[in-house]
Amino acid sequence: MEAFFSSLVSVAFHGVAYGMILYVISVGLSVTMGLMGFTNLAHGVFAMAGGYILCSALARFQMPFPLALALSFVLVAAASVVLERLLYSRLYGAAELEQVLFTIGLIFMSVAVARLVFGTLQQPVLLPEYLKGPFTILGREFPVYRVFLIVFSATMIAGLWLGVERTLWGAMVRAAVDNRAMAQSIGINTRRLFTITFAVGSGLAGLGGALGAEIVAIQPTYPFEQLVYFLIVVSVGGLGNLRGPFVAALLIGITDTACKYWVPQFGAFFIYAATICLLLWRPAGLFGSRA
Amino acid sequence: MKISTSIGATLAAATLACTFPAAAQTVKIGLISSYSGPGAAQGDQIDKGVKLYMKLNADKLPPGVKVELITRDDTGANGDVAKRVAQELIVRDKVQILTGVVWTPNMAAIAPLTAEAKVPFISANAAGAKVVGMSPYVARLSFTLCQSAYPLGQWASKKYKRAYTAVSDFAPGHEAEGCFIRGFKEGGGEVIGSVRIPLANPDFVPFMQRIKDAKPDALFAFNPAGKQATAMMKAYGDLGMDKANIKYLGTGDITTDEELQGMGDAALGVITVHHYSAAAERPANKAFVAAYKKEYGADLNPGFMVVGAWDAMDAIYTAIRVQGGKIDPDKTMEIIKQYKNANSPRGPVSVDPETRDVINPEYLREVRKVGGKLANVELETITNAIKDPLKEFEKKK
Repeated sequence: MEAFFSSLVSVAFHGVAYGMILYVISVGLSVTMGLMGFTNLAHGVFAMAGGYILCSALARFQMPFPLALALSFVLVAAASVVLERLLYSRLYGAAELEQVLFTIGLIFMSVAVARLVFGTLQQPVLLPEYLKGPFTILGREFPVYRVFLIVFSATMIAGLWLGVERTLWGAMVRAAVDNRAMAQSIGINTRRLFTITFAVGSGLAGLGGALGAEIVAIQPTYPFEQLVYFLIVVSVGGLGNLRGPFVAALLIGITDTACKYWVPQFGAFFIYAATICLLLWRPAGLFGSRA
Repeated sequence: MKISTSIGATLAAATLACTFPAAAQTVKIGLISSYSGPGAAQGDQIDKGVKLYMKLNADKLPPGVKVELITRDDTGANGDVAKRVAQELIVRDKVQILTGVVWTPNMAAIAPLTAEAKVPFISANAAGAKVVGMSPYVARLSFTLCQSAYPLGQWASKKYKRAYTAVSDFAPGHEAEGCFIRGFKEGGGEVIGSVRIPLANPDFVPFMQRIKDAKPDALFAFNPAGKQATAMMKAYGDLGMDKANIKYLGTGDITTDEELQGMGDAALGVITVHHYSAAAERPANKAFVAAYKKEYGADLNPGFMVVGAWDAMDAIYTAIRVQGGKIDPDKTMEIIKQYKNANSPRGPVSVDPETRDVINPEYLREVRKVGGKLANVELETITNAIKDPLKEFEKKK
């Protein structure tokens, strides 16, 4: 019985940690696609860029970890402003197919560029000593880095949720996405608003890629390989809000971990089966306000 | 009239070519590797091995004979593409010898073509056991998984009583699992559990936690070389399994020389059996590693795929030399069946004339820090020449 309880604790912990990893690497997409309604399949490009910035800052410039994390947010956000002004803003009103084709093209280009600059091997993440090793909770040992991820992501979701659902900025973004012409006519500078929101979303993607780099390896094909996980989290969570992807990531993380722990021979199928069932039950996602 | 003159001219040219084989001969070699896609890191290793060999060994060709290398991208584990590019190389570019290929399924797709077109294919990696038998024109100079997993199982059974196996869920993983278990059980060990992990798997922690809770003495792991192996190693370290006295064992694929630095200290103490380590002290290997670093950068180590490509090219160059640059497919295969090299970077390597598969040395290695960097330090030579044990088991049946 004690063994069962203790395995329950570890499944719960690892499940939450895995859910947080999924959430962290998808959080940027929940802003650009979930909130702004842009089918941004190139989300992984921003996440990968954040990961590369973190790895290089740690390995080549020996920066402290928190500074490297902040840098991955700032640099990716700044670069995304350029991309947004030059490319993305032209496609805000475009059909989904055009957005998909554009962002897929962006992925192909970024994969080639990343390979050219960083080579094909995965980047080592040189974590500081205080984030390494095990951490004891309830007599069981858990990896410190995962504890850190859980705490960090929980803070991030709280901040984001407050920002989008409880501030004027959030209200303006939601209004502008729903009806851009009307928002403009009541005096909202939607162009600037969208640029800022896109930069925040991309910056979060960069931060997520950097945070997840220790577990989800950073290498040139990252944007393609992880795409399916980003999309699962955002589509199961539902478009148009920020809570959805968080709950979805947690749900998938915990059930997937439980499945892999107790019935590993079926471990591979579960995440996909669960996605199909959830979407059949609620096509707009768990908290989707629009399909 | 015109026709007969041109025939005459051709005949004259042909006679000339026969009498003076030294007159500028070009041997065309087709290299198929993964230059894009998820396996690009591995494909890159083969490319580097082939090109480094060609650059440093031009003097091993007979006078007047040149080698032209034509490269093609198979985009990853993708049999259809591999078959198409092999066909192009054979039909359009008229290559006389093929080499390369990271992936076993790609080699399986190409093998029937080599038999049809009579173009020898010398594999530089693709370790699946059965593919060499698919065509009389295929030979292999890389390795098979059983060559390392089986002796590792035998060795481990002397030191550990209870083992758990965790392998990637695809054919080579199943081979490694089967061979380790066979060796381990023959030595009296007990396998208390086995798990097969999907190839597309972002988080290894749940599997590893299950293994930790089962409390084995040793964990045998196999993942394809690359980020899967790194992620599993990290999960082993994160969960403190080394402190729980669970020894991490595997084939050399899990601690490849090129990826090792990215794995971090979790890899320290991991025991593997394999045919090649960049840290090996053999003079032939030291020269090889130095040449590699000079060409591609001091921070890079050659992995076993570079050596596979290097030895495949050495076999091909031997065949070219013996035939004076005139490639006959059947003669080429006869020469390659007799191929032996006591001074490969991996030590003595040869081809088994019966199966056309590689005969390898195998070393027991431990990951240690050498000069501040992680390295696969060779502890002892397990054997100087092992044939693929899987084929030997089948013979006994």
